Amino acid sequence: MSSQLFTSKHNTLARLSLLLFVAGAAGFLGFMDMLHRSSYVRYTKVRREQPVPFSHKHHTNLGIDCRYCHTSVETSSFANVPPTQTCMNCHNVMWKESDMLGPVRESWETGESLEWTRVNDLPDFVYFNHSIHVNNGIGCATCHGRVDQMALTWREKPLFMKWCLECHRDPAQFVRPDDKIFDMAFDPKSLPLEERQALVEEYGIDTSNQRLTNCSICHR
Amino acid sequence: MTLRPLHLIFCAGLLVTAGCGPLFDIRKAMYDQPKYEPLEVTDFFGDRRSARPLIDGTVAQGHIQLDDHLYLGLEEEDGDFRQAQTYPFPITADDLNRGEEMYNIHCSVCHGKSGHGNGMVVRRGYKEAPSYHRDVLRNAPPGYFIGVINNGFGQMASYSHQIPVEDRWRIVAYIQTLQRSQFANVEDLEAIQVFIEEPITEHSSPEHANEH
Ligand code: HEC
Ligand code: HEC
Ligand code: HEC
Ligand code: HEC
Ligand code: HEC
Ligand code: HEC
Repeated sequence: MSSQLFTSKHNTLARLSLLLFVAGAAGFLGFMDMLHRSSYVRYTKVRREQPVPFSHKHHTNLGIDCRYCHTSVETSSFANVPPTQTCMNCHNVMWKESDMLGPVRESWETGESLEWTRVNDLPDFVYFNHSIHVNNGIGCATCHGRVDQMALTWREKPLFMKWCLECHRDPAQFVRPDDKIFDMAFDPKSLPLEERQALVEEYGIDTSNQRLTNCSICHR
Repeated sequence: MTLRPLHLIFCAGLLVTAGCGPLFDIRKAMYDQPKYEPLEVTDFFGDRRSARPLIDGTVAQGHIQLDDHLYLGLEEEDGDFRQAQTYPFPITADDLNRGEEMYNIHCSVCHGKSGHGNGMVVRRGYKEAPSYHRDVLRNAPPGYFIGVINNGFGQMASYSHQIPVEDRWRIVAYIQTLQRSQFANVEDLEAIQVFIEEPITEHSSPEHANEH
């Protein structure tokens, strides 16, 4: 009997556990990365609970334009989520008794805000501006998907940095004519590439010197 | 017992796992920084609004509304106020186009694209909106419409909170154009010719240009 605690057999075991550890670490990192991209963390295509089951589908089918509610989308960085008053423009008369609209009436009577759950939310270290996109030929549908077909609103894109950059490198893939910005069904790819390139010129979108991929335009 | 590589690796593993928690917290702290985005909720104030409402009797910088003509649609005449008969700024073709766009966004859902009062929401059971082509409204001055947009009218709510003030005037100019369009005559074609080339007459509405 030797007094050694470890025999030569343990050498293999040690090597094996090293290997296992490396594989485990790689697996863990891979898993975290998958989690990071998953809709569980990103909420991509996940219908979000809201205080009132507001349906874009119902309302835009009535022919209500996005700007009736998202009033500042063309003029400011923030698109605006409508105040209770906007809902009451119609619901003071229509569906007055509906249970679903209970919280709206309550908010109207008490003056307390409805707390909508944020659907699209960038980290606070990213600067985003709606007006600059909407006025340069990028339609709502390109970033938000077919909102007009959503009963409960969901996030269409995971909002990764690479997604912003993909377009900033080559906006000609996505631009559309000025009168189609709010047209949810319009597909920019239905235009030939030359026409879209002409549009980029027309809007004066300047991608020279990697201007639009400069870190400091988004991380100010 | 001496330290072996295996022990070291094990300890390193523990450290990494333990370190991950705070590491994610730091990332979280950068994602949600102690600043407020528009409309963000706060726990600091009782009503949970980070954007504070104005204190009664105060005016936000740059928001003072001294111009009664522009903001209220009122004109002073012999010391009395009456509904403005004119526009506070000249209406150009661009203004009319903007007016059309804004009208179609904010008014047409009830009043209909042509102003007959048969918009989609009315068809779904909202109180019927009156046609703009009735005589009373055809003869109403721009100031009357501004009053309705600002204060509402019967069942119709006020729209001032969702339409910037200049756009309200552009909407009115467009409504008066709609009204005119329903009762156009041959002379109007000449007016249109002029209109396409240059702005309509200064400070006069399409409606009242007709009264002479
Ligand atoms: C009748 C009012 C109304 C109209 C019209 C409307 N919206 Fe909304 N929108 C809302 C409300 C209320 C919310 C917040 C609740 C929610 O997320 O569903 C919202 C939320 C959104 C969001 C998610 C905001 C977030 O939290 O990230 C997007 C994107 C959006 N709207 C796009 C559109 C587009 C595009 C149109 C036009 C096709 C449109 N909306 C028309 C009222 C409206
Ligand atoms: C321009 C008019 C208008 C505005 C503004 C409006 N709605 Fe509606 N809403 C309607 C109409 C019309 C219906 C019925 C839809 C249908 O029949 O397809 C409706 C239906 C609804 C319903 C379903 C009610 C039920 O019992 O089935 C909810 C919930 C609702 N609206 C919430 C809202 C909220 C929240 C807002 C404010 C962000 C809002 N609406 C703003 C016109 C409006
Ligand atoms: C270039 C992509 C892009 C386009 C185009 C775009 N959005 Fe957004 N939208 C976003 C992003 C990103 C956010 C999240 C912003 C944040 O968290 O700061 C957002 C947020 C919103 C919100 C929540 C409120 C806010 O401003 O944060 C609404 C409402 C909204 N968008 C509506 C619209 C409408 C309506 C249009 C079309 C007129 C539109 N968006 C066009 C990317 C876009
Ligand atoms: C589908 C195309 C598209 C997507 C997606 C997109 N952008 Fe843009 N972005 C543009 C265009 C086009 C411009 C206008 C550039 C110009 O005016 O020259 C622009 C401009 C900007 C500007 C202003 C740049 C300046 O001139 O100072 C910022 C900031 C910006 N984008 C941020 C973002 C962020 C953040 C995202 C991702 C959440 C994003 N964008 C996603 C197309 C896009
Ligand atoms: C067009 C806008 C845009 C530009 C340009 C841009 N970023 Fe980002 N960046 C983003 C967005 C959006 C996110 C948030 C992505 C997310 O939520 O995972 C981000 C996240 C990051 C993060 C944090 C990643 C994380 O997961 O915490 C780092 C670091 C970063 N960017 C570095 C850079 C650097 C370096 C550059 C210049 C080479 C740059 N960014 C240019 C939009 C941009
Ligand atoms: C939600 C539906 C709705 C919308 C949107 C709406 N209105 Fe009305 N409007 C009405 C109704 C209903 C009446 C009649 C009210 C009554 O008699 O109780 C009315 C009345 C009016 C009148 C008064 C007519 C008279 O008899 O003197 C004017 C002027 C008017 N609206 C203009 C507008 C303008 C301008 C807009 C857009 C900024 C607008 N309305 C948007 C429903 C609406």
